Amino acid sequence: MADISQKEVEHVAHLAKLDLTEPEKTLFGEQLSQILTFVEQLQEVSTEGVPLTSSVADQESFLREDLPRKGLSQEEALSNAPEANEGFFVVPKIIAK
Amino acid sequence: MALFKLTLKELQEKFTSGEITAGEIARAYLLRISQVEPKIKSYISLTPREDLLMNAQAIDDGLKAWRKTEPLMAMPLGIKDNICTKGMRTTCGSRMLETFVPPYDATVMTKFNAQKPLILGKTNLDEFAMGSSTEHSAFGPSRNPWNQQHIPGGSSGGSAAAVAADECVAALGSDTGGSIRQPAACCGVVGLKPTYGRVSRYGLVAFASSLDQIGPITKTVTDAAIMLNALVGHDPLDSTSAKRDFPDFTKSAKKKDIKKLVVGVPQEYFAEGLDPEVSEKIQDAIAVFEGIGGKIQEVTLPSTERAIATYYLIATAEASSNLARYDGVKYGFRAKECKELAEMYHSTRSQGFGPEVKRRIMLGTYALSAGYYDAFYAKAQAVRTLIQRDFEAVFQEVDFLVSPVMPTPAFRLGERLEDPLQMYLSDIYTIPASLAGLPAISLPCGHSSKGLPIGLQLMGRPFEENIVLRAAFAYEHATNWRTKRPIIRS
Repeated sequence: MADISQKEVEHVAHLAKLDLTEPEKTLFGEQLSQILTFVEQLQEVSTEGVPLTSSVADQESFLREDLPRKGLSQEEALSNAPEANEGFFVVPKIIAK
Repeated sequence: MALFKLTLKELQEKFTSGEITAGEIARAYLLRISQVEPKIKSYISLTPREDLLMNAQAIDDGLKAWRKTEPLMAMPLGIKDNICTKGMRTTCGSRMLETFVPPYDATVMTKFNAQKPLILGKTNLDEFAMGSSTEHSAFGPSRNPWNQQHIPGGSSGGSAAAVAADECVAALGSDTGGSIRQPAACCGVVGLKPTYGRVSRYGLVAFASSLDQIGPITKTVTDAAIMLNALVGHDPLDSTSAKRDFPDFTKSAKKKDIKKLVVGVPQEYFAEGLDPEVSEKIQDAIAVFEGIGGKIQEVTLPSTERAIATYYLIATAEASSNLARYDGVKYGFRAKECKELAEMYHSTRSQGFGPEVKRRIMLGTYALSAGYYDAFYAKAQAVRTLIQRDFEAVFQEVDFLVSPVMPTPAFRLGERLEDPLQMYLSDIYTIPASLAGLPAISLPCGHSSKGLPIGLQLMGRPFEENIVLRAAFAYEHATNWRTKRPIIRS
């Protein structure tokens, strides 16, 4: 049975940039252990020599021609920004004092 | 008959002939929505009344000279709220995007708008389309029009409920692991997931990019074909959009028999866990297919039992990458009073995402993290190949597959909310077609003893929506389930 430690939960939350409350850590720890136990069944499947899926339905990907085209205006691109100033996105200080 | 009860095809015929105006359609639907929306809660946002009436007026004015109409002109549609609509709020059912107003249209909206439909509003969904019940919407769940104590299914539950409750004539949904087909089954309407690549996803807010696909939810199979015609075609803005010819899909929905077609019945879809009432209705449907000329053949898809585990690794891994973009910088929610950038990222994401989204991001991040990638993500992609091969082998022998859509009728609100794994297990019959990218349709095939709809799923070869539609149409017209409508007491 997969068992996710509290420390692993904290590590994954950190990677995902999530702050979890103590009750969330406990709950997610239990639920992720349960789900991971379930998905561990895939280890029983023999996949030796089986290629990983890279596309479905015989699909190719297409690149469009590299030609200039009209994109969003600066005003449009910034229209949903929580904070913007003189054409820039504004964020809090990157390094705290 | 009240306008809102008509199918898309019927409404189209009345509008095209000049019997009714766009203004009359708009007013009929505004009235209907005002009556039933407080109970069903299909929509997150509605087009303001004045705007809708003005749009309708513009359509009617434009037609005065001579009546040249497009198939979707003046047709009142609902759009799932994860499809970008320029100038109209697109929330994804999340606090994270509660105030997001897209500065551009999804390609499907550009295609629709060229035909001048009436967009009634944006429909409810589980947050970022993650869920099977709409209970994970930050704006509260939608209700099943057949029984308001039950879920409408998900994640496109608002779209399915709106169509079933006559709050729009047809709707768009999106399907990653069953999110069009399962709510269609719960609400007794038709839901079509096209082949992966058939419809452009440009402007569909990404959940799991190797699985996401847009498709219609409608009252009839013919209506689904009309909608599909308006959606398909290669889009240079979506590199996974297929360069394929497409037929006029309405021509596929004409014949009332399926002579010369071989119907596959995959035995794994009738194993343990299938509700006996659902099983009985699907068996009845198989008998109907035999009666209209189909040759029934039992087949086996041995990797089916691995599909849920495969899906929940791949979909969550892709989701954890896709949802990394919600950082409080470019759009959407930003946590208040953060002193520095890293704190702002953490606080924004922790406050902006709901519990199911966090759970899936955590699972996906874990599966992709150092030391686990090969054991989880890579393994799942290999098993996915086996699932595709199963289908390829079977489609050498049969033309389409028949199965249930979900193991039970719609469950009660709240029943599975505390047990995510239990909720995931209910996706067993819809996930395989998603993993293999196949076209699949859900259509009504009966009711449970409690009066809840039961759905029938037909799956076809890649890009053979025409066969799926043909079989669905023939079944629909050999039975009369399409005439059964829920009664919503106001």
